[in-house]
Amino acid sequence: MASESTYYVPEQSRLPIFATIGMFLTAFGAANWINGGSAYIFFAGALAMATVLWFWFAAVIRENMAGLNSDQLKRSYVWGMGWFIFSEVMFFAAFFGALYYIRTFALPWLGGEGDRGSSNMLWQGFEHTWPLMVTPDAAAHGDAAKVVGPRDIIDPWHLPLLNTVLLLASSVTVHFAHVFLKKNKRTAFNAWLAITVVLGAAFLFFQVEEYLEAYQHLGLTLESGIYGTTFFMLTGFHGAHVTLGTIMLLVMLLRSVIAHHFKPDDHFGFEAASWYWHFVDVVWVGLFIFVYVLGS
Amino acid sequence: MAHGPQPGFKRWLYTTNHKDIGSMYLWFSFAMFLLGGCMALVIRAELFEPGLQIVQPEFFNQMTTMHGLIMVFGAVMPAFVGLANWMIPMMIGAPDMALPRMNNWSFWILPFAFAMLASTLFMEGGAPNFGWTFYAPLSTEYAPPSVTFFIFSIHIMGASSIMGAINIIATILNMRAPGMTLMKMPLFVWTWLITAYLLIAVMPVLAGVVTMMLMDIHFGTSFFSAAGGGDPVLFQHVFWFFGHPEVYIMILPAFGIVSAIIPTFARKPLFGYSSMVYATASIAFLSFIVWAHHMFTVGMPIAGELFFMYATMLIAVPTGVKVFNWISTMFRGSMTFETPMLFSVAFVILFTLGGFSGLMLAIAPADFQYHDTYFVVAHFHYVLVPGAIFSITAGVYYWLPKWTGNMYNETMGKVHFWLAFIGLNVTFFPMHFVGLAGMPRRIPDYALQFADFNQIASMGAFLFGAAQIVFLFNVVRTVRGGRKASDEVWDNPQGLEWTVPSPAPYHTFSTPPAVR
Repeated sequence: MASESTYYVPEQSRLPIFATIGMFLTAFGAANWINGGSAYIFFAGALAMATVLWFWFAAVIRENMAGLNSDQLKRSYVWGMGWFIFSEVMFFAAFFGALYYIRTFALPWLGGEGDRGSSNMLWQGFEHTWPLMVTPDAAAHGDAAKVVGPRDIIDPWHLPLLNTVLLLASSVTVHFAHVFLKKNKRTAFNAWLAITVVLGAAFLFFQVEEYLEAYQHLGLTLESGIYGTTFFMLTGFHGAHVTLGTIMLLVMLLRSVIAHHFKPDDHFGFEAASWYWHFVDVVWVGLFIFVYVLGS
Repeated sequence: MAHGPQPGFKRWLYTTNHKDIGSMYLWFSFAMFLLGGCMALVIRAELFEPGLQIVQPEFFNQMTTMHGLIMVFGAVMPAFVGLANWMIPMMIGAPDMALPRMNNWSFWILPFAFAMLASTLFMEGGAPNFGWTFYAPLSTEYAPPSVTFFIFSIHIMGASSIMGAINIIATILNMRAPGMTLMKMPLFVWTWLITAYLLIAVMPVLAGVVTMMLMDIHFGTSFFSAAGGGDPVLFQHVFWFFGHPEVYIMILPAFGIVSAIIPTFARKPLFGYSSMVYATASIAFLSFIVWAHHMFTVGMPIAGELFFMYATMLIAVPTGVKVFNWISTMFRGSMTFETPMLFSVAFVILFTLGGFSGLMLAIAPADFQYHDTYFVVAHFHYVLVPGAIFSITAGVYYWLPKWTGNMYNETMGKVHFWLAFIGLNVTFFPMHFVGLAGMPRRIPDYALQFADFNQIASMGAFLFGAAQIVFLFNVVRTVRGGRKASDEVWDNPQGLEWTVPSPAPYHTFSTPPAVR
């Protein structure tokens, strides 16, 4: 193990430039696809990106197992993951902030209240309610409206409550896994981690169920005005993060089961994934309160 | 650790060396500075006379938009990251950045992002034309199709900034030489630490707002559309929640640079070091609670107008502390005026001028008159050109001998300074007058009575542009050779970077230096 008095500087590496090409193709391909072009560039980029990440993480794991990583470098990884999660918090903050602004200011003003209530003259007949079932467009233009509200919304005390239980439980199980890893009880670690992955997958399954119900039976879609917009963007980005977190934990599980990675005192890969998992859990609690319960 | 730079282009593609990456950032930034500058000259050429001469209004809009985006995200921010890469490890006694491979990644995605952004100029419907602030619904309902590529290029730039900021925080908090306590760090390191926090806090919000745009444009959401219950003003709130900290991201490292240069050429220690640190932190905190001063005229409750007005004025306090400290550092110092010092002194004077016009704009009722006029253009160019650009230039002259081992040509440096100084004042000072007289910004044509001042401004702009050619020539000449610089370069400068040889070896501090 390298000591504090020398530093580790990695050799020059081909990984970043390939990651650059992967990221560029993904972003360019996505824009091209959305603008009506072919989707191939996007998928090629995503594949390239995934491949590079595979090799990049493999390199980092190999270096650590070879004892190249000093305590200092390990602390850098810890700082890196911590601040990455903070950046994710701020990303969600933008969407939570948008929801707050819409509900507290924009909609009451559109409904004719307060300092900017005169905007109601553009949407005569619109009344402010939340959840917003009748959009300003529908209130002012009736059948000619292009943006109409949902017929109904998701009941928070059904699937969302179940999902809350699942996700909160998974935060506990991943913590159990961590405890057993630190005690070097591998079987228990693997078992609790596997349970966590299953809980994450179950959450995603019910989230898909909920979306299907919303689209097929409730008329609640991305296009159903600001309620559908904020609902799907917040829960959708959260779902994407749960998907990513589940994949991360699954990778950790496979690393443990297949490759026997992680030591009781050296397992930051797992810890980083579990931090991420706790983060998506906290976001969900915010969603359950502000989107589901206080939104119904 | 024996490995030196590889020969050939692979050195630059595969490098994990903070000096290589710093140089690439700086050259990339200069290229973007010239590109954005050329766009500014197109704008000034068109505005030389009233009426339409050179470009069509549609293209003029693309020029103002691309000029702003390229200068903010392509020129100023990467230049500061380049300086951070070069200087922070040397200043804190570290061998390199904390996460060197990610460092390479955060640089190389930038040229790709800007290639994508610049390519929109050649797309059907032209480049983004809605201003660098891309307000909805201009950027949503009325945007050209290339807006999608603009959105994804912003995503890549944000990823670059976040990774760069994480790297800088990890480096500063984790890689300092033993004995280098936080309150012994050079101010450039301090200001960058705080800037990095700002970046991590607001770049995700920018990613969020462009994502909302993308969804509104292509997937039928209603964030910024009142028809569905959204609000175009929401865009402005989210954008400026990013945007105001962003303008401090472009000025805090500048404070750090001049705080390094002024003590060297005044031959006195920096006055009020700890108050500088606290002032920087206060400015960073305040930057999060002033955003709506960009949108006084959009319609806000009176309580909002007042809150944002007073909070904005509060920023003048820590900023005043800084200006006071710089002046006190110079007071009764043994001053000499080499090129870095000239740029730094000009920074203090002209940035303060820009700060004063900022105070005028902060007064909500007065802002109703100034809003969207050339007065605003004058204000933010006074804080960005002699603020950010001059400090970057000063930093380059100051550290260039350390980077290359050669002294730059002092006469040419002074010529550069005076051309740039005169050029920028001739360009931007008249804009105060035409702005107060009511000339709106972002319009390719204007009323006849503004013609004289606009002609003066346009001539100044071309002078300022020409000055940068002198700069380029001087730097290239210094990189290629010239009088050898000593290890100290200047007269007893403070800081670890002056304890290593000139040019700085490829790997500095493979064992940590002792810091008293």
